[in-house]
Amino acid sequence: MQQRSTFWPLLIAGWSGFYVMLVELLSGRFIAPFFGSSVYVWGSVIFVFMLGLAVGYLLGGMYSRHNPSITRLCAILIASATTTLPMLLFGEHLLNFVFDHITDPRTGSLVTCVLLYFVPTVFAGMISPYAIRIIIKNRESSGYDAGYLYFVSTVGSSAGTLLTSFYFVLWFEVNMILIASIGFSYFLGLLGIIVNRGKA
Amino acid sequence: MSRFGFLLTAFLFACFSVSPAQAQQNVLHEEHSLYRNILVTQNGNERCMLFRARRGLGRESCKNTAEPEKFVFEYASMMMASLFLNPDPERILIIGLGGGTLPDALQAMLPNAVIHTVEIDPAVERIAMEYFDFTLGPNTESFISDGRVFVKRALNDGVKYDLVMLDAFEADYIPEHMLTQEFLEEVKGIMTPDGVLAANTFSGSALYDYESVTYRAVFGEFYNVKYANRIILAKADGIPPMDVVRANAQRWSEQLLRRGANPDFVLPIMTTRVDWDSSVPILTDQFSPSNVLNTMRRN
Repeated sequence: MQQRSTFWPLLIAGWSGFYVMLVELLSGRFIAPFFGSSVYVWGSVIFVFMLGLAVGYLLGGMYSRHNPSITRLCAILIASATTTLPMLLFGEHLLNFVFDHITDPRTGSLVTCVLLYFVPTVFAGMISPYAIRIIIKNRESSGYDAGYLYFVSTVGSSAGTLLTSFYFVLWFEVNMILIASIGFSYFLGLLGIIVNRGKA
Repeated sequence: MSRFGFLLTAFLFACFSVSPAQAQQNVLHEEHSLYRNILVTQNGNERCMLFRARRGLGRESCKNTAEPEKFVFEYASMMMASLFLNPDPERILIIGLGGGTLPDALQAMLPNAVIHTVEIDPAVERIAMEYFDFTLGPNTESFISDGRVFVKRALNDGVKYDLVMLDAFEADYIPEHMLTQEFLEEVKGIMTPDGVLAANTFSGSALYDYESVTYRAVFGEFYNVKYANRIILAKADGIPPMDVVRANAQRWSEQLLRRGANPDFVLPIMTTRVDWDSSVPILTDQFSPSNVLNTMRRN
């Protein structure tokens, strides 16, 4: 029983770390045709992802105080995947629109990043503190548990960064990588909900 | 000395030691710009702008200070062959400034032409002006911008050019968003029907095949000019036959010879022969791992 209650939070946190960096790297690819790949474009991307995660940590911590459960954690992952969909569905139109109305590439890339990536990143940020709340057994081991979860989640981020930039972009189209990773988030989230249904 | 101390010393030594290439040359200027490390060196009469690259230093642009009109690199002569496809361009766009070799020559050869130069790195423009005597002619305007963003804006504004020179690639780094089908379509969109594209690219790596099929998909048949570098000469409405090319070359021959650019060197190496693997996929905004491909060997 104890086994399962740490397995899922760690799995979700690890995948979420992977997913966030995958989306972040592809977002640069996505924006380049419109605003270039200069240093301020990457500045906008990183700024929005960092701010989104920060807000997510805050909200995730707050949300964890009300009946935390693995099924809700899975629902947060699904929410993060769902709010990434606009990038796929309207990303191009949005970029065209922003490009037509904002000439400065700094403002243009910043506005695009806020509109497309802020919300999914907030949901992704909520996962770590929420998962920590689930796996913590007692006060003495809380630091250990939190540290272990950060370890798993950040190893996920590292892997997501390296695999995406070294291999995925060489093997697949950008949209295909996105669809697959969104699909895997849904799969993992739904499976987690089914397996952990009715448990605290 | 502890092992750590030894490693630290070795590391610091590696960081600060002077490479042999640097030692022989007189470094006039060194600068860490927003995008790269730039060196200006003087070696005899040769003044070069170098970008630090994977294998030592990449010479981006060189000028003969004794004979400033003369091109130092063959690639400049090869780029000038674009005038053999359309001998009278009135509006010219040059993406990637370097030391200003190309705009400098074109300003002198075509004094009435409107020339727009686009460079992403303001430091490169400043160094071109300070160390390479690059000055803006009365009809020349320079823009600091990402090349693709500039082209897309021009497309939106309905601006057209008779000649587009694409010289934005470095030995070690390719702006991947500027080597895709979508980008080339945008470039084609800002070219007049008689407009010419001259692109300075690579010839060695696995990227060669991918680059070739991508240009081919957008422009159809093009002239491939290979000598150290690779120059692609394409035209919006299809390339003219070689007899027209030779006749145009004749018109510019005197001006070019004065710059050390012999048309008889370029003309024989212009070819439409397909010497690449046509089965590789086209590079698109969705699929553009150009830098990885550029490190891989051709099959």
